[in-house]
Amino acid sequence: MKAAVIQFPGSNCDRDMAVALEGVAGNGQVSTVWHKETSLPEGLDVVAIPGGFSFGDYLRCGAIAARSPIAKAVIEFANKGGFVLGVCNGFQVLTETGLLPGALMRNAGLKFICKDVGLKVETTDSAFTSSYQKRQEISVPVAHHDGNYVADDELLAKLRGEDRIAFTYTDNPNGSVADIAGVLSENRRVLGMMPHPERCTEKAHGGTDGAAMFRSILDAMATA
Amino acid sequence: MKARVHVMLKNGVLDPQGEAVRHALGSLGFDGVESVRQGKVIELELAETDAAKAEESVKAMCEKLLANTVIESYAVELD
Repeated sequence: MKAAVIQFPGSNCDRDMAVALEGVAGNGQVSTVWHKETSLPEGLDVVAIPGGFSFGDYLRCGAIAARSPIAKAVIEFANKGGFVLGVCNGFQVLTETGLLPGALMRNAGLKFICKDVGLKVETTDSAFTSSYQKRQEISVPVAHHDGNYVADDELLAKLRGEDRIAFTYTDNPNGSVADIAGVLSENRRVLGMMPHPERCTEKAHGGTDGAAMFRSILDAMATA
Repeated sequence: MKARVHVMLKNGVLDPQGEAVRHALGSLGFDGVESVRQGKVIELELAETDAAKAEESVKAMCEKLLANTVIESYAVELD
């Protein structure tokens, strides 16, 4: 399995993401790609867009990153059926590119939230969630100011009808519609989520509930 | 030519920041503020001198970058 982690000025979870991916893919299988690049490495299976504050959250969170040179390559990769994982700022970038629907607004309580939250796994039908149990409750850290997921009624019905809500919060911290913490693309190969699975993959992290996501990805690539 | 772009959250999209401003105004004694919506103003200095062309190009900028049309609407003003 070959993976790449995109780095923007202001990304700060890029190394954590690379370590989590390397944990399942093996040493040397994960590259980092600077935002000014116009193409991705050959033979990639997965692209991850990490958390952080790309371009200082100027204009809107993720807006500038979504128009960077590498974003074009990521969109092309996704449109060809590539797997893309966006966490936190990565989720914001993916909604700004249009690869995922909806938008992320300022938290309803207006405060930055940094804590472990309970999540419910809403679907196991994806390369990212297959190693979880449906409706399993897990604990994953969040750290964001703009995680309030917005979708109109029509989109919400579509996401529900197509089983594209990946995770919901058990105790909604940010005002997201229908407690949504993560959503899948129509082809189920792009996942965006506000919580950080890469921050809970080892015992030393204080929790390991994120590890199953990386195992799921490896399994999907092994059988692909 | 100067262009001024007003970006606002669409009607129906809850604006938590506007709500907080409304509450703060109330606690300062400004009664009767029924609603506050917060947006942003972006000013552009353009080389273009033809107003119609300038408007067309600024609208394209709004669609592509300046506004997130999923949640925001925009208005362009030229002078």
